[in-house]
Amino acid sequence: MKFGYYPGCSLHATAREYSESLLTLVDALDVELEEVEDWACCGASSAHSTNHLLGVALPARTLAIAEGQGMENIVAPCAACYGRLAGAAHEVNADPALKEKVAGILERPLDNTPEIINVLAFLQQLLPVIQDKITKPLEGVKVACYYGCLLVRPHKVTQFDDPEQPESMEQVCAAVGATPLAWNKRIECCGAGFSLSRTGSVIRLGREILDDARAAGAELVVVGCPMCHSNLDMRQGAMNKGQAGADDLPVLYITELVGLALGLDPKAMGLHRHYVSTKPLLDRLSTALVASEGKVS
Amino acid sequence: MTHHEHGPALTREIRSRTGIEPARCYQCGKCTAGCPMAMEMPTRIQQIMRKIQQGREELLEDPSIWICASCEQCSGRCPQEVEPARLIDALRELSMERAPGSAPRRIGAMHRAFLKQVKLNGRMFEVGLVVGYKLRSGAMTDDVEAAPGMMVRGKLALVPTRIKGLDEIRRIFEACEPRRGADEETP
Amino acid sequence: MARIGVFVCHCGENIARTVDCAAVAGNLADHPSVVCSVDYKYMCSDPGQNLIKQSVKDHQLDGVVVAACSPHMHMKTFRRASLQAGLNPYLVEMANIREHCAWIHERTPETTVKATDLARAMVEKVKQNVPLDPILIPVTRTALVIGGGIAGIQAALDIAEAGRDVIIVEKEPSLGGHMSQLSETFPTLDCSQCILTPRMVDAYQHPRIKLYTYSEVEKLEGYIGNFEVTIRKKGRSVDIDSCTGCGACMEVCPSKKAPDEFDMGLRTRTAIYTPFPQAVPNKPVIDREHCLHYKAEVRALARGKPVRAICQKCAKVCASNSISFDGGDELVKEKVGAVVVATGFQLYEVGKDQPEPYLKGYGEYGYGEDPDIVDGLQFERLASASGPTGGKILCPSNGEPPKTIVFIQCTGSRDAAKGIEYCSGVCCMYTAKHAMLYQHSVQGGRSVVFYMDIRATGKGYDAFTRRAAEDSGAEYVRGRVSSIYRHDGKLVVKGVDTLGGEPMTVQADMVVLATAIRPQPGIKQLAQKLSISYDQHGFLNEAHPKLRPVETNTAGIFLAGCSQAPRDIPDSVAMASATAAKVLALFSRAELEREPQVAKVDQITCSGCFHCERACPYGAVEHLEVKDRRGNVIRVIAQINPGVCQGCGTCVANCPSRSIELDGFTDSQVFASIQALSL
Repeated sequence: MKFGYYPGCSLHATAREYSESLLTLVDALDVELEEVEDWACCGASSAHSTNHLLGVALPARTLAIAEGQGMENIVAPCAACYGRLAGAAHEVNADPALKEKVAGILERPLDNTPEIINVLAFLQQLLPVIQDKITKPLEGVKVACYYGCLLVRPHKVTQFDDPEQPESMEQVCAAVGATPLAWNKRIECCGAGFSLSRTGSVIRLGREILDDARAAGAELVVVGCPMCHSNLDMRQGAMNKGQAGADDLPVLYITELVGLALGLDPKAMGLHRHYVSTKPLLDRLSTALVASEGKVS
Repeated sequence: MTHHEHGPALTREIRSRTGIEPARCYQCGKCTAGCPMAMEMPTRIQQIMRKIQQGREELLEDPSIWICASCEQCSGRCPQEVEPARLIDALRELSMERAPGSAPRRIGAMHRAFLKQVKLNGRMFEVGLVVGYKLRSGAMTDDVEAAPGMMVRGKLALVPTRIKGLDEIRRIFEACEPRRGADEETP
Repeated sequence: MARIGVFVCHCGENIARTVDCAAVAGNLADHPSVVCSVDYKYMCSDPGQNLIKQSVKDHQLDGVVVAACSPHMHMKTFRRASLQAGLNPYLVEMANIREHCAWIHERTPETTVKATDLARAMVEKVKQNVPLDPILIPVTRTALVIGGGIAGIQAALDIAEAGRDVIIVEKEPSLGGHMSQLSETFPTLDCSQCILTPRMVDAYQHPRIKLYTYSEVEKLEGYIGNFEVTIRKKGRSVDIDSCTGCGACMEVCPSKKAPDEFDMGLRTRTAIYTPFPQAVPNKPVIDREHCLHYKAEVRALARGKPVRAICQKCAKVCASNSISFDGGDELVKEKVGAVVVATGFQLYEVGKDQPEPYLKGYGEYGYGEDPDIVDGLQFERLASASGPTGGKILCPSNGEPPKTIVFIQCTGSRDAAKGIEYCSGVCCMYTAKHAMLYQHSVQGGRSVVFYMDIRATGKGYDAFTRRAAEDSGAEYVRGRVSSIYRHDGKLVVKGVDTLGGEPMTVQADMVVLATAIRPQPGIKQLAQKLSISYDQHGFLNEAHPKLRPVETNTAGIFLAGCSQAPRDIPDSVAMASATAAKVLALFSRAELEREPQVAKVDQITCSGCFHCERACPYGAVEHLEVKDRRGNVIRVIAQINPGVCQGCGTCVANCPSRSIELDGFTDSQVFASIQALSL
């Protein structure tokens, strides 16, 4: 199986674990990811927040290049990049005048924009292959699936899952043996790009999310977005500080979780790079893994 | 798209830039009820919608429009489908054009630094971003302690990656600059 | 030799301001077929009409043309006047020189020329007119009322009291509809059942009313005054004539898990059941989907095995031997002359699965799955003395009274994003009622009402809502609710106070959603059976929203109550009585007079292709067998039923062999008027 691939800026730096776990995973699944050539930044929130046309034209360049490479789809693991790419595709396809204008600026055609796939849809498509290769099902580990904003909104762009009560991440987690929990803050915003410029908001929002996950009994939080991960992982120390009962709650990328179930090397997947240590979780899973040895499905 | 040309100048401007009719907002407040940043905004999203209807130019200098996290919860739940998040973007764009520098210092600095990086390298180079942000915002000592942690974890690239098509990027930025005088309006 | 009279109306200044009416009259006076041509200020007035009548007599007119306003306004007036003078009314035509001339042009010589042309065209047409007589069709003076709720009952009683027979078809086992589920009714806070059940009993016992409960309309054939309805009597398994209503069967039935529809799923019932203690008729039915015997029967038949008697405890204890497991649905036919559609409403549901593709549920409220999130009818059952909690307002999850309760108005309604843009009209009033009932029932409790506007337009209604907002202790907060979720034993309601300018979160024990009013399920299929039209939501279309609110565009079929649009009980009752008046007017004579401008098929040239049948919106085309002398059918050709035909002309345009003509608008008439314009 082959997919177009748009890593996005953060996967090569702060979200390195995401890239490592994703690439290790697709390797194990025999899936080929072809990078969009010479891809540029999608513009994230800064482009669309300051200049609408720029917010469309920048990601549209990626769409046009991918089209030129003959790609039918692009997997964009970063939820923000996914939102921008899918958003740009939606806008140019809905508005012929805009499409003409943007194609003119790019000096590239936009006749056949590829389908943009987020990490959850990607894994859902691969579930049959994944399930075949599970060697270490995650015996009942309790996970809180955290979607954040851009995986499920705006629905008319994503056309994916249920924007209020999504189930795709739970489906993937359950398929690899984890126990997804019912909890309330699954689609609440983490504060996104305010990590540097308005850190207080991120701390406040993240604290509410983590508290709710803990109250539901979560042993870890699973995410599909580098900003969510960075906010909840890198800044968890500040969120937990001085809060009674706020124990460390590891935050894993969905690709890391799936990789663990496939028995992939945690270090190769970058699990040592987290701020909130994943070691206790890995120890707990090893114990469970040892116990389940011989019970491979 | 409507062809109505009624209302104050700002209202007409917003309508023409977004294709959304502000009069459709019946002020139910569901947007504010679900907004994660509502308690931090002096003017909440439902009130911002009202001020758009009234054409109040002071919105362009209201920090509230920059405190929105673009989470799209409001647009997702609005019964009248007036897409408040999109209208906020339009206000921001107008604010950049007509009241530059009125964004809250750090947020404005962040956006400018981010776009500068994209223009320079085609991709976001985090060290460059942070340096640029700190210089512009004056938030020199924030997060300084984060740097060693990121380095130890291998999360900090010290050298930027430059894409080949930088000319193209520059051309895109130039083409998207707002023009003086007769505006080329995007629908 | 034609003797046409031309009458040019000034219509005050409406026409005369732009058209020189005297000149028009003068121009037409020279026409060889015109013997009398005058103008007058107001032709529709008494003196104007007398002018026509006198001219008919004085000049022995055999045709009249009135050049004036639109025929929609006064054709009937002038035809009646001519009839009174002894001239066949269909020898009268109107030239529209107002809407088609004076109102759309400036005062120029050309305008007067045009007016003259229009009048001349009608003169040429009238020369081709032949006298037509109204079509008389007999009327079966029995009414069919579909739906036995308050609207249907009111209409039926009004018609029956006027001495006409009525058949009520109700799909539930009992009369009463949703009104029987209500606890109290606004604005008087009367006990709903106390004011309804006497009416239900009246309808049941009235000598002129025949009741089919647990029945539905299967088919409707025929036309106004002459319908034949096929009614499906669903298999009750209980003979209601011999059943004494003792209830022993219900006590022994072992199947107790069926959700109780009357109590809106708040409790369960047995398979053999009456919907509520005051049911009319108070005789049970067996719900075959939950009856152990019938379930076993279905399984046995599916496997090709013989059917054995399972359980049947009810039959064993029945002292009057009224229960039988043989037999199923029965079809009966009745002849009626008019149909009243009073099918009522259902509530919109906030769940994920929606009955229509354009509807969405409220995922932000957890799709309403939490047991303590209820809708208005469920709250009514909780508040009702005959309900699952004996009238105490208790949380379904734990049976405790809710210390904090939140009411959310406009759930679904006025929400284009969810698919329902209209206002449901009654929720502001019943929510105020609910808030007051709650404050009375749970002393010291806190109620919060989230609203967008308060719509209280009826008599005494505003005072009612003010009482709720000002006196009862309920907190009225203007704003919608973004989300509801369960946390720490409470329902967290994230709303907003737009007037105060702040988001507002309430930790509630129970939430009541005032959900939108929609038409009954299956309404579109029923409407298609009756050949009546409906809007995109399924609400049935009235003939004219202002002036003909209780009729449909299908002759003989009328509307009452929420089947047409959301409304409260007083309006439903008023509408039902209005509908009854229309039905009684229809029944006031033994024969109906219909306009004779109907289509007629030339039986010689018709080839029996039936393009006309497919084109006719009213189902007026019938099949006529043409037989030879020995009685063999040699051809089947089309025949238009003059009782159903509305004279729209669609079949005339469609007929490939040009075998159909419309009386009053024949080819020769139409072409004559067209050719007159080119002179």
